[in-house]
This record gives sequence, C-alpha cells and structure tokens, in this order.
Amino acid sequence: MSEKSFSSWVKSGAPWVWLNAGAVSISLVMVVGLLGLIAVRGLSHFWPADIMEVSYTEPGKQSEMIMGETIEVEVVPAARLKRVGVDLPEGQESAERILMKVGNRDQFGMDFRWFNSPWLGEASFPEEIISIERREWGRFYGRLVSVKQQGDLVASGDDAYEELQQRIRRSNDLIVEIKQLEYTEIGKINHGIEGIRLERRKLELDGEVLGSVKYVELNQSEKQFDLAYKKLQKQLADLYAQLNRDQMVVKMSDGRDVEMPLAKVVLIHRPNKMGIFEKIGFYGHAVWEFVSGDPREANTEGGVFPAIFGTVMMVMIMAVLVTPFGVVAAVYLKEYATQGPIIRLIRIAVNNLAGVPSIVYGVFGLGFFVYFLGGNIDELFFQASLPAPTFGTPGLMWASITLAILTVPVVIVATEEGLSRIPRAIREGSLALGATKAETLWRTVLPMAAPAMMTGLILAVARAAGEVAPLMMVGVVKLAPALAVDNIAPYLHLDRQFMHLGFHIYDVGFQSPNVEAARPLVYATALLLVMIIIVLNIAAIGIRNRLRENFKASES
Amino acid sequence: MEAVKQQAAPTARAIDIGSMQRGTKLNMANEDICLQVKDFNLFYGKKQALHNINMSIAKNRVTAFIGPSGCGKSTLLRCFNRMNDLIDSVNINGEMLLDGNNLNGPSVNVADLRRQVGMVFQKPNPFPKSIYENVAYGLRLQGVNDRATLDNVVEKSLKAAALWDEVKDRLHESAMGMSGGQQQRLVIARAIAIEPEVLLLDEPASALDPLSTLKIEELIYELKDKYTIVIVTHNMQQAARVSDYTAFMYMGELIEFGATDELFTKPTKKQTEDYITGRYG
Repeated sequence: MSEKSFSSWVKSGAPWVWLNAGAVSISLVMVVGLLGLIAVRGLSHFWPADIMEVSYTEPGKQSEMIMGETIEVEVVPAARLKRVGVDLPEGQESAERILMKVGNRDQFGMDFRWFNSPWLGEASFPEEIISIERREWGRFYGRLVSVKQQGDLVASGDDAYEELQQRIRRSNDLIVEIKQLEYTEIGKINHGIEGIRLERRKLELDGEVLGSVKYVELNQSEKQFDLAYKKLQKQLADLYAQLNRDQMVVKMSDGRDVEMPLAKVVLIHRPNKMGIFEKIGFYGHAVWEFVSGDPREANTEGGVFPAIFGTVMMVMIMAVLVTPFGVVAAVYLKEYATQGPIIRLIRIAVNNLAGVPSIVYGVFGLGFFVYFLGGNIDELFFQASLPAPTFGTPGLMWASITLAILTVPVVIVATEEGLSRIPRAIREGSLALGATKAETLWRTVLPMAAPAMMTGLILAVARAAGEVAPLMMVGVVKLAPALAVDNIAPYLHLDRQFMHLGFHIYDVGFQSPNVEAARPLVYATALLLVMIIIVLNIAAIGIRNRLRENFKASES
Repeated sequence: MEAVKQQAAPTARAIDIGSMQRGTKLNMANEDICLQVKDFNLFYGKKQALHNINMSIAKNRVTAFIGPSGCGKSTLLRCFNRMNDLIDSVNINGEMLLDGNNLNGPSVNVADLRRQVGMVFQKPNPFPKSIYENVAYGLRLQGVNDRATLDNVVEKSLKAAALWDEVKDRLHESAMGMSGGQQQRLVIARAIAIEPEVLLLDEPASALDPLSTLKIEELIYELKDKYTIVIVTHNMQQAARVSDYTAFMYMGELIEFGATDELFTKPTKKQTEDYITGRYG
C-alpha cells in the first residue's frame, strides 16, 4: 500500500516540484548569505566602537593598562589555555580570548593584540578617552593632556578638547589648500615644463639650429614657468609653516606622554561620550569618507574613491567600445553573410572566445595592445617623449579595449539571438514598402533588436566589472597618482594607469602589511564592488525595459 | 451552381457587392493590361513550383487566385513584387511584365518595383511603432519628412482604408494595441500611402474574424477604382464575392483563368469544377 502511494507520489510530479524549489531556495540562501556576510563585516568597520580601558596582568609580569576597541572574542577550551599558562578555576571548561585594537602602532610596535580574559581586570569606558585618526601609523588612543602652539601651552584640562577640535579644523583646511596648490597649480606648471621639454626635443629631432628664435622663445616661457613655480613654492613653504604651528600632548594607556603635531591628525573623537545619534552621524560620515576619500597608508586606511572612479570609468569606456563593435559583427553574421560552414565555424569560434580564461586576454592585451600598438603609437605620435612611453605602457585605454575583446562574444551572441527573433513578416512588410535591406535593418530590425543588444551589454558589463586578472597586466595599479579625468587638457587621460575595486580587494587583502587593519576594508570594498555592479546593471535593465516597451514585437 | 452562390453570400451586403459586379459583362479583350506573365517557370532548388504560367492581369480590376494549399498561388503572387528574391534557392525563367517592362530585368531597382507593387500579407504585420509612423513609413523611406505632407497622406490613407474614424484620436499610440482586423486595414493603409499601381493581397482575411473579413472585402471593392488588385485566397466564396477575374491553380499550373462569373458558373475544366464544388482541395 505504502509502496503504491510512494510511486503515485512520484508520478504526481510533486518530488520534482520539491527538488526544483529546493534548488532555488539553496541558491537564494547562498546569495543572501554572501551579501549579508559581506555587508555585516564591511559595514561594521565604520561604527565608532567604545574604547575599553582595562588592566592586564600576565603572571610573573607587571600589570599594564590597556586601552582599545574589542574586535573579536573567541572561546578557547581550558586545555589550550593551560598550555599558555592560564589556570582556570576548577569546573570551568573554557574561557574567552579577546582581540583588541590597541592602536598606537608607532609606540607599541603592534596595534592588534590578543588578551586572555581571565587575566583582564575590571573594564571601564572613561568618557575622556580620545580616538585619533592619523595620516600615518593608524589609530591612536589616549587621554588629551594639552594643546600647544609652537611649543607654548595654549589649553589643558577640560577646555583642551574644544580648542583642539578648532585647531584641527584649521589644519585640515590648510591641508586642503596645500593639496589644491600641489596638485592643481604645480601640476599645471609641471605639465607646462614637460611640454617645453618635449618641444625642445622635437626641435632637436627636426635638426633646428641651437640658439634659433624658437629655442629663445622656449627658454623665455620656461623662465616664466620657473618664476611662477618659485612663487608657488614660497607660498607652499608658508602654508607648511602655518600647518606645523600646533601640537598636542596625549597620555597613552601606559602613562607616557606623546607629543604629536596636529598636521598628522585627520580626526579626533570621543566614542565613549557619544550618544547613539551622534554615533550614527559619525558612522555616516565615516562611510562617506570611505566612498569619497583617497586611500592612505598602503590602502589600509582612508577611502577608495579612485578605485570606484577607475572601475566605473573603465566599464563605461568598455561599454562604449564593445556595443557598436559587437552589434556590427552580429548584424553581418546574421543578416549579410551567406549561412554556410564557414559562418558556422566563425560562430563556434566566437562562442568559444567567451570561454577563454581572462588572464589569457590580459597576456594578449599586454603583448599586442600595450607593447605593439602602444609602442607604435608612441613612435609615430609621441616621439619627443621617448624613451618614456605614453601609450606604450599599461593604461586605461588598453584595459578597456582588452575587456571589450573579452566581452564582445557575449554581445555578438545576444544580438544575433535578438535578430533571429524578429519575425520575418516584419522584414517582409518593410521590404514590400520599397525599403532596401539596409533601410529595413536600420529603421525596423535594429530598433526591435535593441533590447537584446542591451541584454548583451548587461552581461558584458557584469563580466567586465568583476574582472581583475587581465587588468593587472594592462593598466591597473595599486595606487594611481592621478585620476583619468582632471582639469588639464585633454581632460580625459586614457593613457593613465588607474585603480580598480577588484584589484583593490586583492591588494588590501593580500599585499597589505597590516592584515588585521585591512580585513574589514576587504569586506567593505567587496560590498562596494557588488553594489556598483548592481547599480550599473539596474541602469542597463531600466534602459532595456524602456526599449522593450517601445518596440514590443507582434506576438501573433 | 446555386449552391455556390448561396455559400458565397453570408451577408446581405456581400450579395449586393456581388450582384453589382455581375451587372457588367467582363471580357479580357476589353481591358487594359497591367501585369503580364509569359511562359513563367519557378524552381525551389530542383523542385519546380510553377509550370509555364501565362496570364494577363487587368488594370483596375480585382483578380483572385484560388486553388488548394501548396498549388503555387502565393508563390506566383510574390513574383509580382519579387519577394521571392529573398529566398536564395529560387530560380526563375520566363517573362513577367509590368506595363510592358520586364520586372526581372537587370535595370530594374527592386525597391522601386516594390513601391509600384505593394503587398499585404496573410498575418497583419504592423511595425512596433505608432499608427501614424506605420502609415508614414513608406513616405519616410522616400525622404518625405514634411509634417504637413505626412499628416495629409496619413489621413487620406487611413480614410481610404476605412480606419480613420476608429483611430483618429490615437494616431500616436502603438499599432500593436489594435485588433487583428484593424491591424490588417492599417497594413493596407500603409501600402496605399505610397500610391502603388498594383496591390497584392496574400490571403488578407484568413487570420481575421468574419466581421473583419467583411470589412476587408468591402475595402477591396472600394480600392479597385484606383488600384489593380491581385488577391490570393483559400476561400472560394470570398473570391466569388470580391473578384472580377479568377485564376484557378493546381499543382503549380494555371488550370483555368477567366471572368469570375463565368469561371464559377461555367467552368471549362473538370478540375476547376471539382474544386469549386468542393469535391477536393
């Protein structure tokens, strides 16, 4: 009886439904779990955690005071603790070990330490503890003693904190001003001087006589640049002197006083004194800094804006290149070429191109685009600046082109699919009205196939944005000195190297000297990369859906 | 033959049209010849689809091709505007003349030919554009982009296709939202917007409901004043109702061709009689 009911259950198709639903749910759980893990690990990094002060007494050593944020707590069995000398009371099976970020790397040598909790004393969270975000050496935790101006005491005790905040605002403003001068003004002068050098080299190559009018003109404009540069330099020196005016004295957890110039400080806050709303505000600010700021300290601190910019820029240039190319190729394959064994062979080859490992494209891009094409472009158009390469070196343009080649099969396949789905009746209708084949394609068939092209583009973007391996060979760097877009003509610098979120993850995760500090940034950057790909995709899907509305094909 | 006539008259109005047609005695000798087919053969690869066709199609008349499925009537129709060029394996020999000029000649521009010989297909195939743009499509192809001209032609064509009153308030809505019958009339409006000489209709009503079919038939009757119409149909009653001349084709051959009245009342060939009395096909 039961056997019969089992076989009828199988026949009813219910197991299939369960199986399929199970597969879907497992996929869903995995996706949600992945995003959840990345989001939790990445986003919690920016939360201004309370700073704990506690005494720590290792047996046989002097007791010391510890100050820092709790990062991780793990439970260790008693047996393992016994090996390092921790004796637990009878009956206790396990105890906690705590990873704390104690900061002050320049003073203590390491900023993350494990502590056995049985040896920790009573924890307290004094409100006056300050957390200092520095331009170098990571966080600093301590108590503010006094604020000084050129060595003279300005404020100490309770007023010191307010005074300090004011002065930090001032020094940060000065730093913005200095950066503006260094990057924009001096950058322009450097650009001009480099231009003159190239001009001179060109004259030399052209065989111009030394000392002719052209040389004199060049020398004159060079002098002008020199003058402007000297003036700026004076201005800069002045600003630096102003910047170095203030210092602060901070007492560390072990009681030592440390004097620190305010020029090295980004931000100071007192997490233990903050209310929840203050913390939320601070959190938002920290996230914004991460998204919009420049990286510091070998990418383990600061923001990732150049990487976001580089990723989006590269994907957009790639999209601009790959769409027309793929569409034109697909139109030829589907509409014009005589369908035969050769076209079939080409189609198979194109499909297989999509399966070639991406690193192979990187090697190809480096060998063909960078060295061969770029080298030739340099010899033809940028001879004056040789041997320094202009396009003969990895850069944004080559990376975009390499990725365009990588993704062009996707666009071709999707467009061909779209073209073949357009009913013959529509083409015949257009031809019967006296349209030529090209007119039919242009006015009717291609607009109707536009959603399919967008689908191809969506797939291409999704693939390109996540690609890292080939980029390492053709243009991505750990730290790009300048963005690809700036205010020096020609404004868009396709020859520049750029940063990329995917490579940033790899770099921060594997190449960073400070693993513990880098770990949350890996998650945060990964989350950002996923979000950027989602945004790019949503934009493309939105466009596609609008196109679909416009060109709904006849369903009959 | 009474049986055929009764079948051929599903509505009172159709009878009117039919009887009006039959009021005058038609004779090919008195007609202006628009299209002429001489010793025409067509091959799909090695298979011959049309055998030695000879016929003349009269100007400003409706000529119907009837015959069982696969008899070659659509193939022949598609030769008049060279739609078969799209099929690689098609080979033809023999002559086909439009106003005395060989339309397969080397100097003929296919696009120009198709402008003179418009075509409406079995399934309505409006473009996924607005109603207005569908009708204006042919003119835009010819480079006409002047708004006033286009407005004028669109209105005139839609009126000629008896569609204007139904769509005048939604000219800029998508044509895909219309009913099948409206779509088919739109396609006819689209075809006549470029003022062809000849209108080829390939089973224009076979995908439509009876009411829409009736409208299309009325439309055909209206249009023959201005256009030479060739219609392919499965439906003998339809052929009897709308056409002046009828050609019966079977297995790629033209069996009988003559004035509709005579062909349906006094068929000279046995095959024709068998077909129109429903003995096979």
